[in-house]
Amino acid sequence: MNIRIKFRKYGSMKFIGHLDIMRYFQKAMRRAEIDICYSEGYSPHQIMSFAAPLGVGITSDGEYLDIEVHSVSNSKDSIEQLNQVMAEGIEVTEFVKLPEKAQNAMSIVAAADYTVSFRKGYELDFPWDDDFDSFMKQNSIKILKKTKKSEKEVDIKPLIYSYQINDDKINFQLAAGSANNLKPELIMEAFGNYLNYEFAAFTFCIHRREIYANIGEDEKLSLVPLGDLGDNIE
Amino acid sequence: MNKLALSDEILLTIEKPARYIGNEINMARKDSEEIDVRFAMCFPDVYEIGMSYLGIQILYDMFNQWEGVYCERVYSPWVDLDAIMREQNIPLFALESQDPIKKFDFLGITIQYEMCYTNILQILDLSQIPIMANERTEEDPIVIGGGPCTYNPEPLADFFDLFYIGEGETSYKDLIETYRKMKKSGKSRKEFLIQCAQIPGIYVPSLYDVTYHSDGTIKSFEPNIENIPKRVMKQVVKDVSKTYYPSKPVVPFIKVTQDRVVLEIMRGCIRGCRFCQAGMIYRPTRERNVELLKKYAYEMLKNTGYHEISLSSLSSSDYSDLDELLLYLIEEFKGKGVNISLPSLRIDSFSLDVMSKVQDVRKSSLTFAPEAGTQRLRNVINKGLTEEIILEGAGQAFEGGWTKVKLYFMLGLPTETEEDMRGIAELSEKIAERYYQIPKEKRNGKCQIVASSSFFVPKPFTPFQWFSMCTKEEFLNRAKIVNNAMKEQLNKKSIKYNWHEADLTVLEGVLARGDRKLGKTILEAYKNGCLYDSWTEFFHNQYWMDAFEKTGLDINFYTVRQRDFGELLPWDFIDIGVTKEFLIREYKKAEEEIITPNCKTQCSGCGANIFEGGICNEH
Repeated sequence: MNIRIKFRKYGSMKFIGHLDIMRYFQKAMRRAEIDICYSEGYSPHQIMSFAAPLGVGITSDGEYLDIEVHSVSNSKDSIEQLNQVMAEGIEVTEFVKLPEKAQNAMSIVAAADYTVSFRKGYELDFPWDDDFDSFMKQNSIKILKKTKKSEKEVDIKPLIYSYQINDDKINFQLAAGSANNLKPELIMEAFGNYLNYEFAAFTFCIHRREIYANIGEDEKLSLVPLGDLGDNIE
Repeated sequence: MNKLALSDEILLTIEKPARYIGNEINMARKDSEEIDVRFAMCFPDVYEIGMSYLGIQILYDMFNQWEGVYCERVYSPWVDLDAIMREQNIPLFALESQDPIKKFDFLGITIQYEMCYTNILQILDLSQIPIMANERTEEDPIVIGGGPCTYNPEPLADFFDLFYIGEGETSYKDLIETYRKMKKSGKSRKEFLIQCAQIPGIYVPSLYDVTYHSDGTIKSFEPNIENIPKRVMKQVVKDVSKTYYPSKPVVPFIKVTQDRVVLEIMRGCIRGCRFCQAGMIYRPTRERNVELLKKYAYEMLKNTGYHEISLSSLSSSDYSDLDELLLYLIEEFKGKGVNISLPSLRIDSFSLDVMSKVQDVRKSSLTFAPEAGTQRLRNVINKGLTEEIILEGAGQAFEGGWTKVKLYFMLGLPTETEEDMRGIAELSEKIAERYYQIPKEKRNGKCQIVASSSFFVPKPFTPFQWFSMCTKEEFLNRAKIVNNAMKEQLNKKSIKYNWHEADLTVLEGVLARGDRKLGKTILEAYKNGCLYDSWTEFFHNQYWMDAFEKTGLDINFYTVRQRDFGELLPWDFIDIGVTKEFLIREYKKAEEEIITPNCKTQCSGCGANIFEGGICNEH
């Protein structure tokens, strides 16, 4: 049986990198005595996969991992079981059963919501909302994408699905996943370039709010949160 | 939410910020309102090393079980953070509360190896606690040292207020109670230290004076006030089944060196190898009850979520109920995705059978520690392993499908001759030949034999404590002889030989048998920039050489000089139970190449029976 787990990552846990979070959850499954499935062989590992890695320093309300289990009680108890063994800064919020033929989380990630805010002490001393609107109204937003061998100019505008400015914060919906992935930091860098202003390092606090799959056909985008693809276990 | 001592900007700049944020699973949390004694427990190396050390986990658990006491952890900041802390004047902090160490009542530092001494000074320095004990005021924490290196604490005497000699489970309660009383009645730091000197196992270096002969050896070592003991008695837990053991060890977020549940099955060792300090200072051998260990194993795996468990002791094959314990672990946990990581076991049919159940035979390797190349020299060092046993074990393993063998040797052992050195190559060759006796169609390609040699450092409280140690040049010369002999062997392509760093060994030798005069040299080396000396990439031999030069101390005085039995040694004021008479007896038997039976076979009257525990009680 395949299970999708949603969790929050906040506070000092933002300093724990993706690989360590994976190892953390492997241990948490054993502490919570989740009846998880193991692979065969001399060093069996848990059947577990994460939707999208989160960079060090970024907090989130919408992280996902999929696991395979032999048995479960119900969603409510499982969430409680897990939260009893969590470190401060990780909280499990959903535990749902996936349909038989569901694809794993990683392969279906299509978009993510982010909130970008100014770190305390790094706020801009000039109004920037209107500038940001006109920055977003450009026909294209070009950035230099550096790879090991070359630099390539790419237009990130098509990857920004929506944005709103709210209370000195910007909410984004951005393309995510293996095909097209846009990090909010890149937009802010491009905005700096547009303003001819260099943001100091650590200016922005980034928070991921949700990760989506695309259930639309063909070109039409229809996004649903990854957790909505499963059902609560009563 | 927890506050953090370091800003986001710093944490996002340095390597592995998880080293400094605490908040790990099973971390102790206490309400500051209910605490009257704060103890910072330090391992003076990087987090990943320090977190792997069982001793701190045991004491951390013990302290935090006590009402009013809060024990927190601190490790050496890595070089990146070290630079930032100095530049921004950030005081070193404990992981749990993130509070500065200088606000604590105690700073306890475990001293596991000589090459961490400059890291100890870093800890004090970054904590903004005066490095010299005699410069500390009523405001500063009491700095206390423990661990194996405190069996000769003298090189560090200038930097510590107290040393705790022996196992931490016995006298700390006394120490904390004394502290509470003294604090309540408004007594001074000095008065507290004098009071501590009465507690069994506590050594207060400032209360003892040392004088020297003109040749630099010690003339006298005496208390400088009345009514404190002349000798300090090592502390021992009589019954290791009736003491503290952490059922909920702290689980790090990042991968640490010992990333698994560690089950300490036994303390001490019955073998009595003459070079081995642990084998002498942890006497008597005491085993933990097997039923208790099964319970601990279950609880610790459940409370940590680790997927691996390993056994810890000096010689696990000597644990009486090893078969029962291993079979239980395999039966109970193997099906639950838990790996059983085996300690170095004596290779026989039982251990090979167990190993084949828990390891991939083709990938895993077997380890033998003959320590010396010939039977003659193995008799000198009292290493019971014979060539027949090694070849028999290796043979069985090769038949069972293993192809990799690791061999550990020491070079520079007392009485070592060229024949002994060549013996290392010859023994490696014999093992390789044993492999190729297996018909070609039945073996898995070539075998791989890796022989490593470390250089011998005479340690305090061993029968070899009086012996001369080799110079760096002599060590390297001997390694070269072995290396050349390796090249002459028929199966040289299946044998790999490597040897340790010689510069580091020489320094280890100085500090291991050093005296108080070395304090200024260590301080000088630290000022020259020495830090993380045990990390090859940070080790600067020249800084140390400059420090010796400046402080006018002669390395050879501490290393190559042969001591005589009459010399007052810097550590003679410590009583480890094992008597000097026994060590001298063993020294002489070594010269005569006579072995001493292990404690299970026969009691050799070492003196450890005064502790009335463990193996001594069984005789």
